[in-house]
Amino acid sequence: MLITNIESVPGKTIVKHLGLVQGSTVRAKHVGKDILAGLKNIVGGELKAYTELLHDAREQATQRMIDQAQGMGANAITNVRFATSSITAGAAELFVYGTAVVVEEDQD
Amino acid sequence: MYIPYDILIIIAFLMLGYGFGQLAEKKHYRSIRQRETMLKDILIFGAKSPPADWPIVTSELVHGNVVVSVDYFKRFLFSLRNIFGGRVEAYESLIDRGRREAVLRMKQHALRLNSDAIFNIKFETSAVSRGFSSSLGSVEVFAYGTAIKTS
Repeated sequence: MLITNIESVPGKTIVKHLGLVQGSTVRAKHVGKDILAGLKNIVGGELKAYTELLHDAREQATQRMIDQAQGMGANAITNVRFATSSITAGAAELFVYGTAVVVEEDQD
Repeated sequence: MYIPYDILIIIAFLMLGYGFGQLAEKKHYRSIRQRETMLKDILIFGAKSPPADWPIVTSELVHGNVVVSVDYFKRFLFSLRNIFGGRVEAYESLIDRGRREAVLRMKQHALRLNSDAIFNIKFETSAVSRGFSSSLGSVEVFAYGTAIKTS
């Protein structure tokens, strides 16, 4: 599955548009990690647990988007956008969406 | 004799925050500068797509993210600054560190894919948690773009 955040797949031609595909996940923080992060808040710096949490969550959302695109028979997703929103204190939604397309090698 | 423990604790937090915060920031900036020099060959463009005459082999989405937190001392500075308004330099450096780190991680991702350039870079910044009196706790910076490999 080819994924780009531009309107085309460079070096390939889009032969068919299949419409919007999306994936989302809502994640909450682990209490233990939250306490550790609270301590880290005193001295500042990177909160590795949160970085990993959000990274994994985005990967999962992307995977869900890819699954949906595969179900439609697409071989690429273009114009991908990410969105993050905090639903309540302690939970965040990671949302990713794009256009499922079928691409072919350039004929030249 | 009355000892104001709560005030002592706050002062201790402020000193800890100032000491370790400054130290960590200096160390982080050193590492950022070093890695920026190392990864300077991967070019980043805000342009939507590469020039038409580029011989493109592959393209793939790359991303990098980081959650950075502000220290207790800077948060205290901010609460003072918030009374009169104006430039909050303490937070500017935090966001700057976050953005540069996210870009570096994105570049490292591109490097693993042997890419030469990244197009259509987008940034996303979100507040992850709130500190006391609804001041900023920590921010997440996420950067993504399309990595391109030329022949």
